Amino acid sequence: MSLKGWKPTAGKNDDMGTILEVKKLSMDFGGLRAIDELDLDVTEGEIVALIGPNGAGKTTFFNCVTGIHKPTEGIVEISPPGKKRERLKNLKPNQVTERGLARTFQNIRLFSNMTVLENVMIGRHCRMSSGVAGAILRNRATVREEKKVVEDGFNILEKIGLAGYVNEFASSLPYGAQRRLEIARALATEPFILLLDEPAAGMNPQETRELDDLIVKLRDEESISILLIEHDMKLVMSLSDRIFVMDYGKRIAEGTPEEIKNNPVVIKAYLGEEVHA
Amino acid sequence: MVSIWFMFLTFPIMVIRVNTIEKVVEWRWGNLLIVGVGVFILSFVWRYLIRKKEAGTQKTEAGEIHRVPLTQRISKKPRIYIPAFILIAGFAIAFPFAFSMYQTNIMITALIYVMIGLGLNIVVGLAGLLDLGYVAFYAVGAYTYALLNHHFGLGFWTVLPVGAAVGFLFGILLGFPVLRLRGDYLAIVTLGFGEIIRLILENWNEFSFGPSGIANIPRPGFFGIQLSLQSATTYMYFLMIGLALFTIFVVNRLQNSRIGRAWIALREDEIACQAMGIDKTKTKLTAFAMGATWAGMGGVIFAAKTTFINPASFTIWESIIILCVVVLGGMGSIIGVILGALILILLPEYLRAFSEYRMCLFGAMLVVMMVFRPGGIISNVRRTYEFKGLEAHSRQE
Repeated sequence: MSLKGWKPTAGKNDDMGTILEVKKLSMDFGGLRAIDELDLDVTEGEIVALIGPNGAGKTTFFNCVTGIHKPTEGIVEISPPGKKRERLKNLKPNQVTERGLARTFQNIRLFSNMTVLENVMIGRHCRMSSGVAGAILRNRATVREEKKVVEDGFNILEKIGLAGYVNEFASSLPYGAQRRLEIARALATEPFILLLDEPAAGMNPQETRELDDLIVKLRDEESISILLIEHDMKLVMSLSDRIFVMDYGKRIAEGTPEEIKNNPVVIKAYLGEEVHA
Repeated sequence: MVSIWFMFLTFPIMVIRVNTIEKVVEWRWGNLLIVGVGVFILSFVWRYLIRKKEAGTQKTEAGEIHRVPLTQRISKKPRIYIPAFILIAGFAIAFPFAFSMYQTNIMITALIYVMIGLGLNIVVGLAGLLDLGYVAFYAVGAYTYALLNHHFGLGFWTVLPVGAAVGFLFGILLGFPVLRLRGDYLAIVTLGFGEIIRLILENWNEFSFGPSGIANIPRPGFFGIQLSLQSATTYMYFLMIGLALFTIFVVNRLQNSRIGRAWIALREDEIACQAMGIDKTKTKLTAFAMGATWAGMGGVIFAAKTTFINPASFTIWESIIILCVVVLGGMGSIIGVILGALILILLPEYLRAFSEYRMCLFGAMLVVMMVFRPGGIISNVRRTYEFKGLEAHSRQE
């Protein structure tokens, strides 16, 4: 499993490089500025949360980074560990994924008429190479590749705790398991950074706790940095190393969970202005 | 209520008869009564079946019974499927000798539809791209053979791969402009494409000999031996069996490959599919091209079988029939498509006994099918994998 292909070179508090850097990113939809000159960065081995009221532009931000939307202005740069720094510009979503940014979706977007294992195997698509001729002739290279994909897929499912569901249809899984399957599928693309869009939405407290453990495990064991959007404040506060707060497309605060909790601007954005009678 | 509605609906055809010789209108009120009572009884049968079906779905939702699809159950028991397989194979081999040439000819047509149905199955069933102009590729294949033979005297076996290649090229040609479209819009554009090809063939007299078509297309050669009509048909039949088997083999392999999975993912969710690293453009183009390849080959065979083609053979109706084959049989399922093709092509032939009500019965059958088995006769079964230690996991759950 090449998820373990590289070892973290140092502890997470050392001066490690920024692996994702977004500078002055703006996104216009017609006359509406959904994101306004947003800056954001993720350091290697970090869990970063992006929070903000509904409609603040968080998901749009994810879409801009992953290539689903083309940002109007601004720069997105990645420097995967052990690889050269690269600017993501005019890339299609699949090319972004190839470069090691994987994401999940706010509203679950699994391939519901495929089995759980196949969903994960789809994630490995961009790391495979067999084509039409290979599929028809089923030559040795293709057979080997297929076998490896099945094994890899199963290993990932085992890690995520979904191994019992391998041959079930994705749509028949319980809700929490579907969310985890989305993460498993994203993991299969061998990312260095995982973008999770509200992974805990709709989960019960038990499932949320498991998710918390899972995310920490991914960071510690697989050395994947994580950027997540989340509304569950308890999860965000316990999990993240750093938090960015967005409102109306602008970044209104950045800091550790402690700092954010006591930041008056953030409180204002969430609860409205305090009324002085 | 239903019976009154049906009495009203069938009034013009069942009750009124205009006798054109004596110029009088006959009123057959007796028929009205029969329709009324018949539909009344049928509506109860209908309701009973619907209720039974709903009860079935409720049970599965409640998880009371673990439903294994029929095909899967069969394929797991070698005792059933090996004799069944031998029986089918025996029947297929004996068919041209046991039945008349007319029957064999119908069977050849059905087998051509099996082949192009499986081709369309790649586009519609697997990749989820609704293609209403599929017959265009079929026409392209047929005209490739007819024209190459007319001008250069090329034989069937030379043109078969050429037809496939030309189909492939046209698939890509159509694929490019429609890459951005999906759903209804895609259907409309492909529909237009199908009509364009047909109109070109109809009006470009210098190129395609217009509506009068091309005649005297030779049948497939058999090592240069002249065959009688009877044995040529038999030969054609076995040739078709072989090609159908080849198609099944290829489509089966494609379906469980990296490309096949990408097609299905594209059908399920285009955005998620891209986010998982699948190149949408490439995947769509391969789907179109592969589908068109089979249609091109089917076209070559069609031209060789009928020995005469004209644009009237490639109307939109033809596209719809092929689409029906796929939808009725079960999208994405190979056995389903084969069954669908056999039913859709053979039924109208054998329903000739009911002559005037043939199409009516045919339509009724389609409606019944869609109500009771919306997923097609045999819905797609995904491949399952076995793992060591899987049992232990399931027990833990």
